[in-house]
Amino acid sequence: MNAPDKIETFRHIGTRPVRPDGVDKVTGKALYGTDFKAPGMLWGAILRSPHPHARILSIDTRAAEKLAGVKAVATGRDLPTLESLVMHVGEGASDIVDVSHNCLAFDKVLYEGHPVAAVAATTPELAREAAVLISVEYEVLPHVLGLDEALADDAPLIREPARGRSDEKPSNIAMDVTMGRGDVEAALSGAAAVVEGRYTMEPVHQGYIEPHACVASWNGDGQAQIWCSSQGHFMVRSLTASVLAIPQSDIRVTPLEIGGGFGGKTTVYLEPVAMILSRKSGRPVRLGMSREDVFRATGPAPGAIIDVRLGADADGTLVAAEVTFKYHSGAFAANDAGAGVSSAIGHYRIANTRVSGIEVLCNRPAAKAYRAPGAPQVNFAVESAIDELAIKLGMDPLELRMKNAAMPGDLQTSGLPWGEIGWVQCLEAAKAHPHLSAPLGPNQGRGIAGGYWGNYGGPSTVNLSVAEDGTFTVATGSPDIGGSRASMAIMAAEVLEVPYEQVRCVVADTASIGLSFVTGGSRTTFATGMATVEAAREVKRLLCERAARTWQVPAEDVEWREGNAVCTSGEKLGSKMSAGEIAGSSIHSGGPITATSALSAQGWLPGFGFHICDVEVDQETGHVSIVRYTAVQDVGRAIHADYVEGQIQGGVAQGIGWALNETYIYNGEGKLENPGFLDYRMPVTSDMPMIDTVMVEVPNPVHPYGVKGVGEVPIVPPLAAVANAVHAATGKRMRSLPMSPDKVHAALHAES
Amino acid sequence: MNRNHVNTTINGDATQFLCDPGASLLDVLRDALHLTGSKEGCGSGDCGACTVQLDGEMVCSCLVLAAEAEGRTVATIEGVAEGSVLHPVQQKFLEHAALQCGFCTPGFIVAAKSLLDRNPNPTETEVRYWLAGNLCRCTGYDKIVRAVMDAAAELRQERTPA
Repeated sequence: MNAPDKIETFRHIGTRPVRPDGVDKVTGKALYGTDFKAPGMLWGAILRSPHPHARILSIDTRAAEKLAGVKAVATGRDLPTLESLVMHVGEGASDIVDVSHNCLAFDKVLYEGHPVAAVAATTPELAREAAVLISVEYEVLPHVLGLDEALADDAPLIREPARGRSDEKPSNIAMDVTMGRGDVEAALSGAAAVVEGRYTMEPVHQGYIEPHACVASWNGDGQAQIWCSSQGHFMVRSLTASVLAIPQSDIRVTPLEIGGGFGGKTTVYLEPVAMILSRKSGRPVRLGMSREDVFRATGPAPGAIIDVRLGADADGTLVAAEVTFKYHSGAFAANDAGAGVSSAIGHYRIANTRVSGIEVLCNRPAAKAYRAPGAPQVNFAVESAIDELAIKLGMDPLELRMKNAAMPGDLQTSGLPWGEIGWVQCLEAAKAHPHLSAPLGPNQGRGIAGGYWGNYGGPSTVNLSVAEDGTFTVATGSPDIGGSRASMAIMAAEVLEVPYEQVRCVVADTASIGLSFVTGGSRTTFATGMATVEAAREVKRLLCERAARTWQVPAEDVEWREGNAVCTSGEKLGSKMSAGEIAGSSIHSGGPITATSALSAQGWLPGFGFHICDVEVDQETGHVSIVRYTAVQDVGRAIHADYVEGQIQGGVAQGIGWALNETYIYNGEGKLENPGFLDYRMPVTSDMPMIDTVMVEVPNPVHPYGVKGVGEVPIVPPLAAVANAVHAATGKRMRSLPMSPDKVHAALHAES
Repeated sequence: MNRNHVNTTINGDATQFLCDPGASLLDVLRDALHLTGSKEGCGSGDCGACTVQLDGEMVCSCLVLAAEAEGRTVATIEGVAEGSVLHPVQQKFLEHAALQCGFCTPGFIVAAKSLLDRNPNPTETEVRYWLAGNLCRCTGYDKIVRAVMDAAAELRQERTPA
């Protein structure tokens, strides 16, 4: 028999219903971080350092305090002195001392834009005026921005005293990770073909359109409320309480709608400062950032210098890979090197590997997670090198990838075996796609690249309650950045066998639901989804139990069918009660019907993607246009197909921006020269073609509906896909990002 | 500081407000009039999240002085739907999932409506260039462009082929 083992049909999974928060968002009613106002609220402003590196000798706040309408002034001296403590609450770990010193500089400023003091006043204009009246005396110190410069023997040390092992010479290295196996040198010397290259890029920003903002109200009795947009209000509670050394239960954080995060809203910048200003003034205080503040002082993704060596046998079997990279850490320790190491070459089966990365402190804003943090940089280098190797071997670049593609059971770089990954299925789907054989026009070229991201699970809490009329409310602790209310409602409705509209989903504040980790790591549909399914199953069980009690039959005689409790044997056989009938009489059957699932989701699986990109290069100007783009991705199983496609399309657009235009530009004085959307050029509508998506579904066996994280993978392959397409169009190997017109023009017109 | 007294019409309602001479229309809409649907993403006219119509023309309200609204008509996102009935652009944004975080959405909807007010049958290229002043970081624009094209078709009382 050729019939599949199991045919799964779903009522809601994979459909495309309108999101429940949609109308609020298309009518301007939704309240974002910048929209919330509290009664009697003061407006805050922050004074930021004009220097990339300086010692603060004195801060004179008297003139600001005297200005009529100013109600509070704060400096780093107002924050408690903390012991070093590494907290795992955002995306990656943060030392709470670093978080505190990043909110308000203590004795040194470490980057241009580092907050030095803050004021709260009755109007925003007064607050800004007062901030300028704060007089800061600096001893300007030598600064360092570049990776190699920061590693030089005479480089200024960013962190004093340098942490790390006592036997180490103090340096700006904040993190050092190496993985691998086998004998790379021997394998490379025996390889039929070897390619090597150095790939570089400057930092790029997450580029969410909503600047950071919050309102804090901290009363004299110690209790506080914070309203803000973030990727995790429990993260805000935890970090703010720790920076201020107060109990977490004294802070209630209400999540507002979030206008994009991409990893950049997984820490606190403003909340502890707004809290101090509120405590001092006795009033709620609002703090917000301008777009310039966002660029100068919030987490960019690290820039990088990456060296790659790959070796293959004549038949294309990869025999050795060495990847060595340096990432910017910025002013404080970041977390991208570890993920960079594990995201570099694990998609290929290679016997001899060595991948090592370091993170380097320098006078830039502290690097922060950006969608698959640490992966796009190394992937750009590795997938460019694979392309080069294919050319050297005279092999089709897709065939070379297919030949070496990692499969379930093959070893990752860490030495652990891969689980049920869908990389080969992505390659096969791409091979069958008409895009690969479509004709190209003049000055056009086609590039391909593949990549992956590990994804995450972790803590989530969901409460599912039944109203008296038999409708359902799902409360989660996971901010909805891209439609997760809809996907939770889909999964709950699937379990309960009721219409989608019969389940509504809210994001509850920190006092109303249990701990939930940030919306990051592509974890929400997986982990919070798992909790939603578990809570829905428990509610279904309770509904059956109540019906059994009402009918006075054994619980095992009742089943849930098509949204009703049905009696399956005995004299009540065939009796039926709807959720509304059961819930409406629950006062007599045991009380309100509700279930909470609190779990730490395990068994997440990585996602793999394969992208095909056609570019057209203007020979005269060096401008690169994206003319066609196809992204294939293993999504496990799509819960809301539109929002899965949307994640893929959005990641591709960000990757294209990274590839072609986006970059931080600092001048010789260590000041950012492009802190605005005019000069930090993100893709706009007219830069983009439609982005064709192909969702490959290799379900995760651990998740009740097969979910794998999808949000981060799609930003990984575009950098190399675009670069490989530019190479195909021009014969020029672009190893430095972005491939802006000036660089492409220079490459096209270089005299050999 | 002397404040300007401004008489204007916002979403069809006669409205008065006081503002500093240097205040932007966006600041007054958001902070004085509590119309927070128009967003500030940059304050420099680069992101389009604050897009409104001033006498029917699409503008970035962060680049318009509030005092310039004197005697003119302002249309914001809050006035795009007719009561509870969504404008086709709004409806198509929902149906096509043309928003993820939704922060840029009000600006896109006002801009798209401005396009369709004057050009009921735009090409994809015309849509892409008209909306090039609105930044979206979430969607890659694909579903936004499809939503606007579909809304145009609906407004023409046609149906696009599936």
